[in-house]
Amino acid sequence: MSAELDLAGRVVDLVRRLAGSAAEAEALVDHTALALTRFANSGIHQNVADATTAIRLRVHLDGRTVGGSTTVVDEAGLTALVERTIAAVALTPVDPAWPGLAPAAPLVTDGAWDEATAMASPDERAARVRAFVDAAEGLETAGYCRTVYWSGAFANSAGQSVSGRAAEAAMDGIARVPGADGVARLGSRRLADLDGAVLGGRAALKARAGADPIELPPGRYEVVLEPTAVADLLTNFALYGFNGKLLNERQSFAEIGAAQFDPAVTIVDDVTTTAGIGMPFDGEGTPKRPVTFVGDGITLGVAYDRRSAAEAGVASTGHGWPGGSAFGPVPANLRLLPDDAAPTAAVAGPAADAHTAALVSTMERGLLVSDFWYTRVLDPKTLVVTGLTRNGVWLVENGEITRPVRNFRFTQSYPLALGPGAVLGVGGNAVTPADSWDMFGFTGPSLRLASWNFTGGASG
Amino acid sequence: MPAEDLGYTVLRVTHFDAAAAAVQAALDAGARYADARVMHRRSESMSARNGEIEDVSQDEDAGVGVRALVGSGWGFYAVPDMSDAAARAAGTRAARIATASASVPGPAAGLIPLPAASGSWSSPCEVDPLSVPLSEKADLMVGLTTTMREHGADLAESFYRVWDTAKWFVSSEGHRIDQRIRECGGGISATSIGAGESQRRSYGDQFGTRGWELVTGLDLPGNAARVAVESRELLTAAPCPAGETTLILGSGQMALQIHESVGHAIELDRILGWEAAYAGTSWLDLGQLGSMRYGSPLMNVAIDPTIPGALGSFGFDDEGTPAAARYAVHEGVWVGVLAGRDSASVAGLDYAGSVRSDGWARLPMVRMTNVGLEPGPHTLEEIIAATDDGIFMDTNRSWSIDDRRLNFQFGCEIGWEIKNGKIGRMLRNPTYTGIGPTFWQSMDMLSSEITDWGIPNCGKGQPGQTGHTGHPAAPARFTGVRVGVTG
Repeated sequence: MSAELDLAGRVVDLVRRLAGSAAEAEALVDHTALALTRFANSGIHQNVADATTAIRLRVHLDGRTVGGSTTVVDEAGLTALVERTIAAVALTPVDPAWPGLAPAAPLVTDGAWDEATAMASPDERAARVRAFVDAAEGLETAGYCRTVYWSGAFANSAGQSVSGRAAEAAMDGIARVPGADGVARLGSRRLADLDGAVLGGRAALKARAGADPIELPPGRYEVVLEPTAVADLLTNFALYGFNGKLLNERQSFAEIGAAQFDPAVTIVDDVTTTAGIGMPFDGEGTPKRPVTFVGDGITLGVAYDRRSAAEAGVASTGHGWPGGSAFGPVPANLRLLPDDAAPTAAVAGPAADAHTAALVSTMERGLLVSDFWYTRVLDPKTLVVTGLTRNGVWLVENGEITRPVRNFRFTQSYPLALGPGAVLGVGGNAVTPADSWDMFGFTGPSLRLASWNFTGGASG
Repeated sequence: MPAEDLGYTVLRVTHFDAAAAAVQAALDAGARYADARVMHRRSESMSARNGEIEDVSQDEDAGVGVRALVGSGWGFYAVPDMSDAAARAAGTRAARIATASASVPGPAAGLIPLPAASGSWSSPCEVDPLSVPLSEKADLMVGLTTTMREHGADLAESFYRVWDTAKWFVSSEGHRIDQRIRECGGGISATSIGAGESQRRSYGDQFGTRGWELVTGLDLPGNAARVAVESRELLTAAPCPAGETTLILGSGQMALQIHESVGHAIELDRILGWEAAYAGTSWLDLGQLGSMRYGSPLMNVAIDPTIPGALGSFGFDDEGTPAAARYAVHEGVWVGVLAGRDSASVAGLDYAGSVRSDGWARLPMVRMTNVGLEPGPHTLEEIIAATDDGIFMDTNRSWSIDDRRLNFQFGCEIGWEIKNGKIGRMLRNPTYTGIGPTFWQSMDMLSSEITDWGIPNCGKGQPGQTGHTGHPAAPARFTGVRVGVTG
């Protein structure tokens, strides 16, 4: 038994001892050791690590529900957590929507574990930064290398008792020339997959290819989005589109059974693959399993935690977050499936890889977009998002990358961008860019889309 | 009320001693400078939806974070354990990490001089928010949503948040500071859902370094019916027209405008490129500090962590610099930045005071404190009366700005036409876009009606940190602004 599982069990037992056997209780224990080596102006300027164990408790008693957490995990801390949570329950209103505790169920996966990543040293992260900086050959660089070790456990009074381990590594960096940045980012469960030299070299190539950009008028352009940009689409789908709570509230675009996407689009949430990053169970103890949200263009489902699932009359899909009732369920491992038969082409210039280059080669006139930035939802119901391009945009003419272009602001409905007939090509690559949230992994190929609505230039 | 009476852990270690042990261990391991913060935070939150409590949580965290400087490399390590042994181990780890940093060195790191300070500071608090009975708070939250539902909202939500943070700071230069900062706030929102879109109206969403009196002072019950009715009315309101017009912003939206297009732009770490890969840089060039025109002569923006009760207030920042006010923009000219001791040293400046972290487990970094406008000469009533043709927008709904803090597009919850000096019909989905300095230079009227807004969710840093910032703001008028951008 792991130390975390022992701790979770002790907390649940303490609740039952102090509040009686009628109390329903669940305890989630997370031990996270996060280390992040950050560089700017081509030198390491921030280098941090912490190792924290936190316990989140939820108690349902006499029809009322209260949650609480602590990082003070000695006997006094645990007792204080349990006593104040039990005391608080008596003072809150009845919770008629209480969905009950997760039933006992086995895990589908033990977690995305890699020992070497979990135990990585500051020197190993610094070595990758060194390689990234050197590969940029004198260009100014900035970014980070991160490793995360997670060991967690969940126990509840309904008999569910699970534990797991996971590791994650990520590297994200830019190289800079005056007026242009190039980016390369990659996430993995294995630090060994992250080659600082490869990433630094790619970022530098993109930066040099982005120098002296021209300004194009705003308007609708055909685009090829690289995986770093596609990850932003998946992030917003995860937060606002496939969120079962928002669907219950009629604030999601999703219509189950409707052909809302192009037939080339299939989106799943899956931490069980070898490329998956994340934990094997959710914050309510429900085992994670593969879930298909979009199959061949048809919206098939959304994510649910226990509360939103009960409201919808369905089962939890294993997407509950600790203390996340107010925001609702969010899938953390969305994958837009690649086209395994997609062609490749020789990489010439700033295209991220051979699949991206192949999509570019089929575009008569449009834009190659590396990255999106500061995207915000204007209307959740239609998932209209505004944001900016970043880290490289190029004009494509007759299948050739011809000129770097200055950044645009866009205002675009994300589901409509992937709507029926809108997806002109899906790459065969499946890339998981480093995510700013650790233990999140949004994976997608490059996409060629018929139209993207650029509403302004970066200069106004 | 004592912590033990509220059911929280009573930490009986000597907090200064734990911090001092961590600092000494870092020095023993080779650091030429070290500091440590022990923090103990209790927090509480509640949210209600459509007549029911949706979430109640009472949380506690405590630990020590150590910062060490070895050569020109920084290291930071944190643990949730304040025993002498754990604190010493953390100090040693911080120095070891700093040693690894030196393998990819940046410019030589230094710290501007700072007299060693000893002191205590507490934020003002009339009613301890953690002492207000949960049942009383729950009745308030549920009642608010019931009122909004009764007045037409499809989705009625209310919330409050409370933080009570104690911290003890020790540095190798002799600092010894303890502070207790109590923060709270809350708000309500009503959403009406139509066939193709939803409309949201909110009120409150206000935070400060004050007690529960802040929440009661908002008069949330007195505004619940109004926001519900307005959210319903918005569904059938005319869309915001597209074009260029005179724009009047309410003080709530002005707070967001200041935060995004002034506050972040004047962060010295961004200006120096330390955030280039993520949060971004700044369009500001240090060579123009003191001479560059940022906005119209009406624009006076102060960095002031001394404002009683504002969300970004403290006695000392998280590297021990006493709180002090200074101008960021004076009569439209850029004159100041948000700085820390190391960034100020690199930039050749002689002041710091804006370094903060969101907890013991995160590295202190340059952050906004209270960044806000000084009062102007007008009133909102005068501004509207003086406008022949324009749009009045208020309450932020969406925000997006580029990585240099120049190109922004903000959406508001509600707008109204202004015709011949009077408020006209309601407008839905109002948005406006612009370029920071052009926008601020177009400000031709500014109200004297200042509100100290608080924003509790400012994201920055890797690993991510959530900052609490304050923004004194008043209604203002801008000319020639592009509005009505749609997808």
